[in-house]
Amino acid sequence: MPPGVSRSGELGELLRGESYLADEGLVTAIFLALKLGRPLFLEGEAGVGKTEVAKVLSRILDTPLIRLQCYEGIDVFQAVYEWDYARQLLHIRAAEAFGEEDRAHVERDLYDREFLVSRPLLQALEHRGPMPPVLLIDEVDRSDDEFEAYLLEILSDFAVTIPELGTIAAERPPVAVLTSNRTREVHDALKRRCLYHYIEHPGFEREVEIVKLRVPEAEEELARQVAAATENMRSMDLYKPPGVAETLDWTEALVALGARELDEKLVEATLGSVLKYREDQQRAKAAGLSALVGGVRSAGGDA
Amino acid sequence: MPEEAAPAKAPPMLDAAVAFGRVLRGAGLRVGTDRVVGFARAMEELDAGSREDVYWAGRVTLTSRPEDVTIYDRAFELFWDSGGGARPRPRPKVRFSVPQPDQSVFPPKKTVEKNEGGEEAVKLRYSPIEVLRSKDFALYSPDEFAELNRLLADLRLSGALRRSRRLEPSARGRYDPRRTMQAAMRTGGEAVRHRFRKTRVQPRRVVLLCDVSGSMAPYSRALLRFLHAGVASGAKLEAFTLGTRLTRITKELTTRDPDQALRQASGAIEDISGGTRLGDAVKEFVDRWGQRGMARGAVVVVLSDGWDRGDVAVLAESMRRLNRLAYKTIWVNPLKSAPGYKPLAAGMAAALPHVDVFLSGHNFESLEELARAVAAAAEREG
Repeated sequence: MPPGVSRSGELGELLRGESYLADEGLVTAIFLALKLGRPLFLEGEAGVGKTEVAKVLSRILDTPLIRLQCYEGIDVFQAVYEWDYARQLLHIRAAEAFGEEDRAHVERDLYDREFLVSRPLLQALEHRGPMPPVLLIDEVDRSDDEFEAYLLEILSDFAVTIPELGTIAAERPPVAVLTSNRTREVHDALKRRCLYHYIEHPGFEREVEIVKLRVPEAEEELARQVAAATENMRSMDLYKPPGVAETLDWTEALVALGARELDEKLVEATLGSVLKYREDQQRAKAAGLSALVGGVRSAGGDA
Repeated sequence: MPEEAAPAKAPPMLDAAVAFGRVLRGAGLRVGTDRVVGFARAMEELDAGSREDVYWAGRVTLTSRPEDVTIYDRAFELFWDSGGGARPRPRPKVRFSVPQPDQSVFPPKKTVEKNEGGEEAVKLRYSPIEVLRSKDFALYSPDEFAELNRLLADLRLSGALRRSRRLEPSARGRYDPRRTMQAAMRTGGEAVRHRFRKTRVQPRRVVLLCDVSGSMAPYSRALLRFLHAGVASGAKLEAFTLGTRLTRITKELTTRDPDQALRQASGAIEDISGGTRLGDAVKEFVDRWGQRGMARGAVVVVLSDGWDRGDVAVLAESMRRLNRLAYKTIWVNPLKSAPGYKPLAAGMAAALPHVDVFLSGHNFESLEELARAVAAAAEREG
């Protein structure tokens, strides 16, 4: 828990200080994860800011972020540890060259810590510092059952056993954040170990605030127009409705073009930074870009 | 969330948590003791007098899918807002109605002593399997459905092979330093034999989308059993039903007992024998699951007669997308077996251009054919 935080509201303020606007549910989830020392499992559409949570946490806790990107077929040797075989072989040669006779001794040396290569999970457990690190296990849904089972073990004990070396346990459990895009259902047993939160697209006002916070160069009017247009797009039945990440990309593109207000021409020129499928762009155009620009809520009214 | 209608004078947190957990279990959420304890712990860290805090503490500890949230919200309202939270009730009256399927769908076991001809039931046991295999599902009697379960138990449904990203030991292939090193340790540090590994092959994911609308009613029973047999056999398989909307039933079908599984699944499907909005349901699948990864590289099977009361263009477009995402799309239409069948149903005609294999699926033999088609999809294209 970051210093000076004893209630979830205070944590929300800290997150906001790091330009991350979380709704009450997410703040509570993060607060409890820190307080109870349990991993946090975040699901939601691509681009709603799941990965960002881990990054912000590492900033407010002032501790390193260790990231494990999952992919199909990831195994223990890519996620936890691997022996450095080339160096081991060289070590044997060197032992021979120096006339080391005791074979058992050479072998014992071979499986010394210095020949072990730490991958992200082991790095997180071995970390020594004033604060435990933030461990981001990104896109768990891309890994497979076997790896999930392994994660289960690590996340319950925060220790790994390496046959040749013994058990390596974390001094204090890392702050673990797991994310999933829900391409498949992650096993219940794994979810049970975690606190679960589903991140939704933000509402209009919150999105305007996010844009202003993250792209401070954007004018108020532009921020509102962009947020309204993306909200429109989300109701448009697209292949990939834009997430907050796309809203921010779009705003940055517009700001780079010196835009102060959204108009049809600008939308057309920058559409590629918010809609990433050709069909989606066509659909938006068919619906009328002026409608996208037009449906803007008036500024000031409820801000 | 509205503000403080707090559980006045909260009892020890654990009691309330246990009682609430029981309500959720009754409503169909999988809430184990560990989750309940987690909830109680979470409440201790928050303000148990604030409705908002209690709500979120429960939501992050007791739910694990977005689908859970609706149930959770209803249960939360009933439990905490009715004042019930103050008194942990031993047996909460909250019950969510789970539509029980028609009796005839799940015949009581061994109740039939004699069949219509007055023959003894024993005879049924010897009822020629061969006849049953080619009998149209629409003409099945309840007993024959029971027999079908036994037949299906032997049916293996497994996707065509594909190359996995995992490696396995092999006589040739890529160099394997790990195993070479291990072997070297046995020969005094000398790598006498070098080891290799290669990519493993594994079955593709199979996704089954089963139409449960009214026009499919004579077949959906049997096809749902087929889905269950597939899921129960442990194959890498996902099952959905298509009706007025899309329902994922993989989880419900994991139970070993077919009748129980179907009862659970039909609890999950609220629109069984309702209208057909096939295009919308397929579209929902592509949007919510398919595009995110479930359909990618998979063998996708649609079991439907192709009747669509919705916009046919939606179905055509969704099938086109599905076909592009999936490794292979197979359409199974029980009506296809009828002599002189032509895909006249507008939906069927619209979908057909985007289907790789078109099969019938009206009897057991055709399901065997389907299983072969699912496994063989790869062989044509390596």
